[in-house]
Amino acid sequence: MKKLLTAAAGIALASALSMSAVAADKLKVGFIYIGPPGDHGWTYQHDQGRQAIDARLGDQVETVFVENVPEGPDAERTITRLARQGAGLIFTTSFGYMDPTLKVAAKFPDVKFEHATGYKRADNVSTYSSRFYEGRYVIGQIAAKTSKSGVAGYIGSFPIPEVVRGINAFLLGAQSVNPDFKLKVVWVNSWFDPGREADAAKVLISQGADIITQHTDSTAAVQVAEEQGVNAFGQASDMEAFAPNALLTSIIDNWSDYYIARTQAVLDGTWVSTDTFGGMDANMVNMGPFVNMPADVKAMAEATTAAITAGEFHPFSGPVYKQDGSLAAAEGEVVDLGSLLGMDWYVQGVDDKL
Amino acid sequence: MSAYEAIILTIITASTPLLLAAIGELVVERSGVLNLGIEGMMVMGAVCGFAAAHVSGSAWLGVLAAIMGGVAMSLLFGFLTQTLITNQVATGLAITLLGLGLSGLIGSDFVGLPGVKLANVSIPWLSELPYVGRLVFGQDPLVYVSIGLTVAVAYLLKYTRWGLIIRAVGQSHTSAHALGYRVIAVRYACIAFGGATSGLAGAYLSLVYTPQWIENMTAGRGWIALALVVFSTWLPGRLAAGAYLFGGVWILGLYAQAMGLGIPSQLLSSLPYVATILALVVISTNRRLSVINTPASLGQGFVPDR
Amino acid sequence: MQIVLEKRSQASSWMNVMSPVLAIGLTVIMGGLIFAAMGKPPLTALYLYFIDPLTSWWSIEEVLVKAGPLVLIGVGLAVCFKANVWNIGAEGQLTAGALMGAMVPVLLGDWQSPWALVLMLLLGALGGAMFAFIPAWLKTRFGVNEILTSLMLVYIAQLFLDWMVRGPWKDPHGYNFPKSVAFEGWHLLPMWGDGRMHLGLVVALVIALVLYWVMRNNLKGFEVRVVGSAPRAGAFAGFSQTKMVWFCFALSGGLAGLAGLIEVAGPIGQLQPHISPNYGFTAIIVAFLGRLNPLGVVFSGLLLAISYIGGEGVQIELGISDKTTQVFQGMLLFFILMCDTLILYRVRYLSGTQANIEGETS
Repeated sequence: MKKLLTAAAGIALASALSMSAVAADKLKVGFIYIGPPGDHGWTYQHDQGRQAIDARLGDQVETVFVENVPEGPDAERTITRLARQGAGLIFTTSFGYMDPTLKVAAKFPDVKFEHATGYKRADNVSTYSSRFYEGRYVIGQIAAKTSKSGVAGYIGSFPIPEVVRGINAFLLGAQSVNPDFKLKVVWVNSWFDPGREADAAKVLISQGADIITQHTDSTAAVQVAEEQGVNAFGQASDMEAFAPNALLTSIIDNWSDYYIARTQAVLDGTWVSTDTFGGMDANMVNMGPFVNMPADVKAMAEATTAAITAGEFHPFSGPVYKQDGSLAAAEGEVVDLGSLLGMDWYVQGVDDKL
Repeated sequence: MSAYEAIILTIITASTPLLLAAIGELVVERSGVLNLGIEGMMVMGAVCGFAAAHVSGSAWLGVLAAIMGGVAMSLLFGFLTQTLITNQVATGLAITLLGLGLSGLIGSDFVGLPGVKLANVSIPWLSELPYVGRLVFGQDPLVYVSIGLTVAVAYLLKYTRWGLIIRAVGQSHTSAHALGYRVIAVRYACIAFGGATSGLAGAYLSLVYTPQWIENMTAGRGWIALALVVFSTWLPGRLAAGAYLFGGVWILGLYAQAMGLGIPSQLLSSLPYVATILALVVISTNRRLSVINTPASLGQGFVPDR
Repeated sequence: MQIVLEKRSQASSWMNVMSPVLAIGLTVIMGGLIFAAMGKPPLTALYLYFIDPLTSWWSIEEVLVKAGPLVLIGVGLAVCFKANVWNIGAEGQLTAGALMGAMVPVLLGDWQSPWALVLMLLLGALGGAMFAFIPAWLKTRFGVNEILTSLMLVYIAQLFLDWMVRGPWKDPHGYNFPKSVAFEGWHLLPMWGDGRMHLGLVVALVIALVLYWVMRNNLKGFEVRVVGSAPRAGAFAGFSQTKMVWFCFALSGGLAGLAGLIEVAGPIGQLQPHISPNYGFTAIIVAFLGRLNPLGVVFSGLLLAISYIGGEGVQIELGISDKTTQVFQGMLLFFILMCDTLILYRVRYLSGTQANIEGETS
């Protein structure tokens, strides 16, 4: 037994040494994932971004990732490990990694960190997020045009600002087409529980919703929609394969351009700490193909997408009224960035309370 | 389809995996064995079912594979607890742990792939009957299997010689042994049956409920099934009632949310657990209910004297 | 041929020592085979799993940080299980303890004094114990199965924590993200080393040693063993089963609550929706792996922590999924249980004819 272990140690040591020799020439880029890369949602898209780095800069960088890292005491250790093992750039891809990222960053001033969806920065910590709500506005318009019942169902994960923002943008888009459009919301208290998401979708459909959209990470709701003959939208990634007849379009998170640009900046020595809140204009939010809808709806969706991309239109353009009737942005104004980032109120017309 | 039909359909779908897993465990416990590994057997059933259905394209082959996956795990449990007489609680927990890990490994290649759905039964004329047609004649096949199994188990335990033997073994393994029954063999058979229905419950998740494979997709349903067995006081009829009650509370919680009543969603999500605890209290308080069918040698290993 | 078990007249002390060693050996061999089957170098993988975490000071610290809560919860559960009381809801008690202890920094944020920390630790233990009293009460008063109630309460506690950090206890300056204010000053445990080693580890070790002594030399330890292994004999000796249930839940719940508080006041530094990577459930394995002996739990906690830290290394270096760690732990528990059989039983092989005869006579 002891001999075996000694032999094992020798072999492992040798291989570890050869590994670090490779790593010395190449920039090591580390990723921390909250879920498995195969969730076909949030983590899947981040992993697509990682693979894009490999494809574009594979001769100069090496990427590694750790999956299923819980947002507790383990996060700090995992980030530290990546930094200790020579990663020069580390992407931490969930909100809950914010404080651990900053703690580790303070100990490794030479390593660059990129934290997704957070708001705390440092000299070597950037933050980045996407204006997913731009896509939500577009699908809201499509929903209002295609719905017969005038009621949509929205499956939420947790009431954090990002999700609330999406709900509001969706309804504002829908109301721009049909001012009486109604929205029912069900929270499933999970990012990833297909059974619950499916149940929620069924309940919403039984209450008259004929359009289902969700801010959770699995494809369950889309599948239920397909089965029950109502329409749905994909979230985070293109989910057409799961609902070829029901899916109208998908909002796709595209991290590839950002990840390649930031990695290139580290390689060039031009990396500085920034805060990126990119949308369609920065190619961080894409719309999937518009399918299963009449030509006029498609034309409208394309026009809105083009206007948002060109910066001519903002989904939270006034007048925007809060649920309690107070004015959030007057005619000609846009809801300010601070309110967007910390959004904890619904717009008028949401059939739910926060 | 009217709203009430839709609700009942949703409740049935939510309850069926619980009923399937629990009916097997009921038989296992009646034979005096406590298998806490339902969650692990179920999740293995889910992954085996999905994988086989995906590779072969046949949902029924998937169901078969799910049953085999569940049985394989249960036989491992049986080998440890019956042949090696290990602690049943600890072994059950180990089965759960192993099942969750192993299913993740097996399933890593199947995450994010569209699955094969087990088609609904649709009897041409009957399933179009107003009000009851869809509910009675238009379900997916496993719903009928779950109800059929419940009836069969009830009959088996109450009226057949086999049922008598299982109950005897569960009541007092020493007496059953003295009467010449092969205690260990009976228990092995019951454990395997429990594995089969747990696997079937897993198949229900990955082939009917949400036809896809996702790690830990059982999400604690195995434990609920376990609670239902105690709740039922080891009677199949009450078990079915309990399963539908639990599914009902769960779905109505979602329903209350969609109505926009403004109750915190965490509170609604915890209702089924609170309801389970309360139900357990009610059942346990009533001695007459709980003691009469409780297998007296539940959880004890048996070694024949020689 | 047939294998039968024969009860030993006396527990084998040799096997008592050898069984864990044998189990670990079997796990290593099986693990190597699995790695080989996955097309990964088995020896490198095993080295990364079990040896590499001990080769640097940093990872040793991390092993200790990970082992701390596992040991603390594990020793409580060990006593519980020894007495045949099945508390499997330590994860919920951990959550309750963290919530209760966090009252000090969240509600009394300005009160900075060493006593604040002492109060937090006490409240943490109290919160866990009080939450554990629910299944204890249901068990002793109504005879409700404690396995199920303690487990259901885990979900309830976690949902309650979720509600608290999204609602009443949300950090007012946190852009409405679900977390409490960051704890500061005396609301954090003293730390040393690279910044992750904390006072909680000492607490865990001391408590484990105290419980070891109690279980070995104290009447309470004897009572636990008697009530657990022979309840009727215990009743004759005047030991109350009811009191034992309360004692076990108070102890294991209190320790789990303390562990929860230590996590939020130590490595995490605030309340958030997820505070424990299933420590409460993993501690069940730790308790069994440590043979329900507090000293054994210290070792098994360390062993499991090593496998976690090693599991991460394997993931980064060889791209082996984290599920492997789970399978590993499941296997380890299986082998431990199997090998433990050898302490009380002797394996005998019977030839075909012998087996038939035995079968007929029995």
